[in-house]
Amino acid sequence: MKRGTSLLVLLALLLYASPVAWQVLTSITPAEELMEPGRWLPSRPTLANYQAVVTRSPLPRSLLNSAIVAIATTALATALGSLGAYALARLPVPGRRGIMLAIVMSTAFPAIATVAPLYLIVRALDLRDTWWAVILAHTSFALPLVLWLVAGFMRALPRELEEAAFVDGAGRLGALRHVVLPAAAPGVASAALLAFLFSWNEFLFAYTFTATEASRTAPVALALFPGVFEVPWGDLAAAAVLVGLPPILVVALLQRPLVRGLLAGSLKE
Amino acid sequence: MSGRDTRLGWILLSPALAVLALVTLYPVLSVLWLSLQRRVPVFDIARFVGLAHYAFLARDPGFWNAAGVTALFTAVSVALEVALGLAAALALSRLVRWRVAAVALLLVPWCLPGVVTARLFEWLYSPTAWLADPARALPALIAADVWRTTPFVALLAYARLASIPVGVWEAAAVDGAGALATLRVITLPLLAPVLLVATLFRTLDALRAFDLMFVLTGGGPAATTETLTLYAYRNLFQTLQLGFGAAVAVLIFALVTAVAAAHLLAVERTEERA
Repeated sequence: MKRGTSLLVLLALLLYASPVAWQVLTSITPAEELMEPGRWLPSRPTLANYQAVVTRSPLPRSLLNSAIVAIATTALATALGSLGAYALARLPVPGRRGIMLAIVMSTAFPAIATVAPLYLIVRALDLRDTWWAVILAHTSFALPLVLWLVAGFMRALPRELEEAAFVDGAGRLGALRHVVLPAAAPGVASAALLAFLFSWNEFLFAYTFTATEASRTAPVALALFPGVFEVPWGDLAAAAVLVGLPPILVVALLQRPLVRGLLAGSLKE
Repeated sequence: MSGRDTRLGWILLSPALAVLALVTLYPVLSVLWLSLQRRVPVFDIARFVGLAHYAFLARDPGFWNAAGVTALFTAVSVALEVALGLAAALALSRLVRWRVAAVALLLVPWCLPGVVTARLFEWLYSPTAWLADPARALPALIAADVWRTTPFVALLAYARLASIPVGVWEAAAVDGAGALATLRVITLPLLAPVLLVATLFRTLDALRAFDLMFVLTGGGPAATTETLTLYAYRNLFQTLQLGFGAAVAVLIFALVTAVAAAHLLAVERTEERA
């Protein structure tokens, strides 16, 4: 009985996720079979759609752009955010409550509100159509997210950890490096994962600040995927699978830190 | 010691605050100022017009249409997401095995970039003409949004359910409470705070939503799916009236800030009760 219930729930979840499976099937179906009514499975699975996308579309370059932008955003937000989070969690910074409130509020800002001034900044700094334009814009969301999450994780650590390090003669920075950061590492990893997913998936800023293949990220390239006379459904499905693959790998392989970050972001403080 | 700690605190915090001042604080203040100007960069026009854009918006049918679409989109999709998310969480809590696989499957629709989801639903809808039908485009869009974000609500509610001690259910069973009575008297009250948080979170995201509608419908047909965010974007970057677009953006910002403030208050209350 209990086992039957589990099976039923799992089947329902499989059904729920089936549009993704259908997209994968579409991506390995030969073009001439796509419009056949009633056909679910390809008679001969093919990688031709992937070959077309990889050799004859701007998608590979956009995947590289996305990887660079997402990794740089994550590194910048995690480095600056973790240091700042320690100050907010443990040091007597005047106005701490106000700063924390501003940080939480800024994670809720709508991108549409800041996109026009950011566009003018990007133009003034001559950064249009560069990785840096997108990285800076993504940092405006990733950094407050990391600051807030990591400060929460650090505050949950027992103070005795640091105090033991002080007794051993360590200074504040030594304790931060050798005791606090290692102990908070799982929380830092959770925040970094969320920052990476945010940057990889983001569209509004990336679409606005890029103009050519040189800097267009993967979601932008997918939104602009070439189709002149008719929609190339097979190629489009292959491109969508490639753009969606990194987040799916994160969910499949790093579920524990991801869920910890998601729950902390919603339920704490 | 304390003086040195304060100084170290500022040193550690200042790089992050400096970056945020440039990419968050300055843009937020600047958009307010921008909304009081007539600003068309391609023609080098920059002129102070005061509250003229806001006065115009009060009688602008395009703005009120977008406000209506946004209200409908947000209300219907958030209501469906919370109801379905609650149902999914209750189902998940019955799982005795395969929990990791179940959560992974649940999170797949949530983790995908919005543009990927848009392309996926474009293909799903391709045998129909829903996206070109003024009566069906918004429901089709809502369905895609509900598919993508229900897992988030489900995960939150599921985590809360998993943290309730088994004894609570046993006590209910001993008292002879049926499944429905247990749900109404015990489960729902325990889940209410987390469902409130999820509702506010989802409302924030629905008000900000952009990629799904931008790619799937572009606001059409006949502006039946044009949300406030799309309306602001069209004015900012397609007709390039930065000042007017900024005024729309400021109103969205005010709306989102009000919801976020309500969210913070709700979370604080939840904390107090916990």
